[in-house]
Amino acid sequence: SFYYKKKDWISTVVMLGHMTDYVIEAAKYEKKVMVLDFVTPTPLGNSWGLGGTCVNVGCIPKKLMHQAALLGQALEDSRKFGWQFTEEVKHNWMTMTESVQNYIGSLNWGYRVALREKKVTYENAYGEFVGPHTVKATNKRGVEKLYTAERFLIATGERPRYLGIPGDKEYCISSDDLFSLPYCPGKTLVVGASYVALECAGFLAGLGLDVTVMVRSILLRGFDQDIANKIGEYMEGHGINFIREFVPIKVEQIEEGTPGRLKVIAKSTKGNQIIEGEYNTVLLAIGRDSCTRKIGLDKVGVQINEKTGKIPVNDEEQTNVPYIYAVGDILQDKLELTPVAIQAGRLLVQRLYAGATSKCDYVNVPTTVFTPLEYGACGYSEETAVEKFGEENIEVYHSHFWPLEWTVPSRDNNKCYAKIICNIQDNERVIGFHVLGPNAGEVTQGFAAAIKCGMTKEQLDSTIGIHPVCAEVCV
Amino acid sequence: PVLLLEPVPQNPGPQNEYDLLVIGGGSGGLACAKEAAQFGRKVAVLDYVEPSPQGTKWGLGGTCVNVGCIPKKLMHQAALLGSALKDAQHYGWNIAQPVHHTWSLMAQAVQNYVKSLNWGHRVQLQDKKVKYFNMKGSFSDPYTIRGLTKAGKEVSCCVISAILPVCSQIAGALEYGITSDDLFWLKKSPGKTLVVGASYVSLECAGFLTGIGLDTTVMMRSIPLRGFDQQMASLVTEHMESYGTKFLKRCFPTKVEKLESNRLQVTWKNTDLGTEETDSFDTVMWAVGRAPDTEALNLEAVGVKTNSETGKIVVDASEATSVPHIYAIGDITEGRPELTPTAIAAGKLLAQRLFGQSSELMDYDNVPTTVFTPLEYGCVGLSEEMAVRCYGSDNIEVYHAYYKPLEFTVAERDATQCYMKVVCLREREQRILGLHFIGPNAGEVIQGFALGIKCGATYPQLMKTIGIHPTCAEEITKLHITKRSGLDATVTGC
Repeated sequence: SFYYKKKDWISTVVMLGHMTDYVIEAAKYEKKVMVLDFVTPTPLGNSWGLGGTCVNVGCIPKKLMHQAALLGQALEDSRKFGWQFTEEVKHNWMTMTESVQNYIGSLNWGYRVALREKKVTYENAYGEFVGPHTVKATNKRGVEKLYTAERFLIATGERPRYLGIPGDKEYCISSDDLFSLPYCPGKTLVVGASYVALECAGFLAGLGLDVTVMVRSILLRGFDQDIANKIGEYMEGHGINFIREFVPIKVEQIEEGTPGRLKVIAKSTKGNQIIEGEYNTVLLAIGRDSCTRKIGLDKVGVQINEKTGKIPVNDEEQTNVPYIYAVGDILQDKLELTPVAIQAGRLLVQRLYAGATSKCDYVNVPTTVFTPLEYGACGYSEETAVEKFGEENIEVYHSHFWPLEWTVPSRDNNKCYAKIICNIQDNERVIGFHVLGPNAGEVTQGFAAAIKCGMTKEQLDSTIGIHPVCAEVCV
Repeated sequence: PVLLLEPVPQNPGPQNEYDLLVIGGGSGGLACAKEAAQFGRKVAVLDYVEPSPQGTKWGLGGTCVNVGCIPKKLMHQAALLGSALKDAQHYGWNIAQPVHHTWSLMAQAVQNYVKSLNWGHRVQLQDKKVKYFNMKGSFSDPYTIRGLTKAGKEVSCCVISAILPVCSQIAGALEYGITSDDLFWLKKSPGKTLVVGASYVSLECAGFLTGIGLDTTVMMRSIPLRGFDQQMASLVTEHMESYGTKFLKRCFPTKVEKLESNRLQVTWKNTDLGTEETDSFDTVMWAVGRAPDTEALNLEAVGVKTNSETGKIVVDASEATSVPHIYAIGDITEGRPELTPTAIAAGKLLAQRLFGQSSELMDYDNVPTTVFTPLEYGCVGLSEEMAVRCYGSDNIEVYHAYYKPLEFTVAERDATQCYMKVVCLREREQRILGLHFIGPNAGEVIQGFALGIKCGATYPQLMKTIGIHPTCAEEITKLHITKRSGLDATVTGC
């Protein structure tokens, strides 16, 4: 939803999240700002507070549960480093989930306080356009209010897609449910090959659960495929089962419970083979759909891509309707990342109210996939670099490495990997950076800054490494 | 030290000519030797470890591999894992108390790994056809290293021998105390330990000893981490104090005695209170600095100039000493950072200049480094005080922030000292002069930014870089509160 205030800004937000930052930015310029945020419950009835996907059902709980899984590994390593404790260590799902949810609750609260302090009006209501410059806000109890404003910002985000097969909405969960699940998911089937699927499968396995990933075709579409395959191999080597080239066609309940027992019937994508499997939980992670279909965009003439639901904007985040803007996951051809949305939103407000001219730079945006073996990337994948520049015009430098911390526990030698893609014709400028290893996000961030400065291979070579850290393998 | 006076056993006779003789088989020496061998040159490495006063010895690889970076980081990791065990319980892992740490298990694992590296280095030298002599090298004349037959006039000589821990001169120091040379090779736990010194060696060692559960005290004469940014140095020691390391500030020891119980009684002077105090420890470790053993090299005899104060070898930008065919790299050179990666880089470039077609000199500017204390400190470029000294406080801007790593939240860990700052020029371009970061994985965070600084990164470029979420490093791309503004620099929100 979104909202607006008489004569001034309207910020549109469902999945507010970090959006608060730019909403607060607008309020800084003494504009009257209002935020409408509303979470339509999941098919299983789950909902959450102010902050959006990232805070409630994305980045934050994901990273915390990933950390819980990493700590499980740390426990094992610690024995090799001289720590002694009982052999059997079990993980308690409820303890972890409660801690994570408490932290999220503090963030929800923090955002409400921040909005209040900056005198931004917040309403927990579902917003939709009903006419030019006019929005209707409907709260939980069905009470409707109308608001008008000078400008509007749509930042409604996305929600997980369902398969459209029998039993999917009744029995399957999505990432919207996973992070607050009030019972341990048990033996889990993760359907999908997105980073959401692999990150969730990864930490569930790290917590000791029996995990299977069902993949229709390739892993991590859109990411460097060489690295995507290494990630898959690592996960398989660590006990995660992969069922390739199958899609579920039916989910049945064998037994109710927390968790219950489900039967999944799947069909091969390559023929007529049918397989069956039994799981406690089925987690769907096959993609996300923009929340743009039911917010009355047709009433105000905002064009959307009919197929994908995404909103095309110009380089100033403006839709085809001059007083309506959009940021975040719903944008067409832009990255679905929190920091991108925040940056875009903040700069937008500065352009509108502070006379600034900076536009959001969507090029060379770094990202990290928090799979058990983390993957940080910035710039071109090897295949897109080859496509754009031609194989003869790029040079790829690469290396495997073994983090020092993994030597003593004799773990995973030769699994970590780094590669740099350079454009020979442009002074061997670094156009792609990829690292597979621990703390990949921390490693990649600085390299992203260097890429922004136009670093070349020569500059990379002349930079001294910090010893002994993983990142030094890249210089 | 015993020196071989007869010719080398394998190939006696005047045919034994080397293009390059490397004295010191550490980070710099091995890198230079291997690089020179790539050019088809005849190279020999002399490496010899004089046992420490306590009798500790080790194999090929130098300080870094045997008694520096490698065992240090591994023991630091052991300590970090101790914290991870505590965190794990908040994250749902049911670990039955008590949890305890056994020194010998850790030490053996670390020592075994180091030995595998010694072996690996010997194999590498063999593969590259570099001759290795486990003997002490010293000059008997400008072209001869005692122990080897005379080499031809074209021989270059690369000196990379170590600097060694300095021991205090007070009574009992040498007999009863140990240094970092011994710490990593102890078979039994050091127990209740006093670490004397304020160097990164002192703080890193005291840090991991505390982390594995030992009663540890640091005695400092004056300021911690001299030469580093002092605001950051204070945050590092503040964290160590809250972590459990005890500090005796502005104190210096006057004597060390052995008690009947075999414990060590240390007496010291507290310069602030003017009092004399005493306590007993199982181990006293000296970390009061490192100095070169250039006397043993007999450099005077061949005319290689050293700095009268430090004893280090004076070199120019091409690593040349005052004697044309004798070069020096690594910790033993005057005015250079005492770091493994710089020694390696300098060694490679030297070999490329001597035997390849290169004329590239080593760039010692903006070398990043990390102090692996319990809360790590990574930095590149100028400290704030150095920037002020060079440019004047009106001409620099410092952006800073206190932040909380996401992983600390559920773990209920104190993030009071998690802090970062970027020091920039104030004029239009706002070039970045220095970057300082305290927090987990500081080395990983700083490395890429060091690269950016090498590319002349400016503050606006930093701000244009999108962050990776959720990480600690992303906070660097969001720094926007200046010290000058006086505003609260605490990051809020997730």
